[in-house]
Amino acid sequence: MNPALTWSVLGATSALCYAIKLVGYFIPARWLANDRLQRINSLIPVVLLSALVVAQALAVKTHVVLDHRLAGLATAFAALIARAPFPVVVVSAALTSALVYRLH
Amino acid sequence: MPRVARHTLRDALSVALTVGAYGVAFGAAGVAAGFSVVQTCLFSLVTFTGASQFAAVGVVAAGGAGLSAVVAASLLSTRNALYSLQMAPELDVRGWRRVLAAHLTIDESTNVALAQAHLGRPAVRHGFWLTGAGVFIFWNLFTLLGALGAKSLGNPAAWGLDAAVPAAFLGLLWPRLKDRRVRVIAGSAAIFALVMTPVLPSGTPIIATVVVAIVAGWRT
Repeated sequence: MNPALTWSVLGATSALCYAIKLVGYFIPARWLANDRLQRINSLIPVVLLSALVVAQALAVKTHVVLDHRLAGLATAFAALIARAPFPVVVVSAALTSALVYRLH
Repeated sequence: MPRVARHTLRDALSVALTVGAYGVAFGAAGVAAGFSVVQTCLFSLVTFTGASQFAAVGVVAAGGAGLSAVVAASLLSTRNALYSLQMAPELDVRGWRRVLAAHLTIDESTNVALAQAHLGRPAVRHGFWLTGAGVFIFWNLFTLLGALGAKSLGNPAAWGLDAAVPAAFLGLLWPRLKDRRVRVIAGSAAIFALVMTPVLPSGTPIIATVVVAIVAGWRT
């Protein structure tokens, strides 16, 4: 992996995420009191996490690829429905995916 | 300083331990994405906001541009600005305490703090600082373990680490899906991202789903 890319992503992400955390300690509360802004903001984690699931499980660069990762994701889904704790969800997904990967 | 209520201490510790353990998944994800062990640990020390860290390394792992990774991570952390807005009057901090409070302003510290409201303001403050510090310690410890573990395993796919990352995202998303309307929005965002994958440069379909949030949030 290109070190210039990884270091710049690390540096810029850290700086921006800290600046965002700091914002609320300096600005008046009414600036972010807009209802619409709050509604959209509360939905941002939902859409980004959904898109990240798709990007990580079904995409390779700009191609949609169905492979061992999908088996892992299906296991995670089943584990969540069965109310398994987070570590069980992640580990069972990894084990299933690794198994399918090695069988191919 | 008033004594820490047992209830507050129990809340803070249990959240810090459980959430901290997710750090193993992040440590493994960082290394699987091509970041070094040191860089992966620096994410947890300096960025210190879980979902954004996963997003940054996830976009890089997907072959996205650095800018896409930074934008996706930052957008995911905008809720922290609303948390700091809620915590500011409760903590009423100045100087270096404010610098530190901002760093520890995350989902867990804010939620545990606000859950102590019935015990009074000192309990709210204890909840914030204890949870923030506890998550920080365990999150970083477990990130290091996960990163070292992934490094020693080698090929990420052979150990299922490439599937562990989307599973972790699904696990982070899951508690929000109790509401039917949110499930529809999440499903729409997933379909949107899938359709946009062959169309947009890699990494950008993730950011583009913000359009779905704007459309859905525009009206009540």
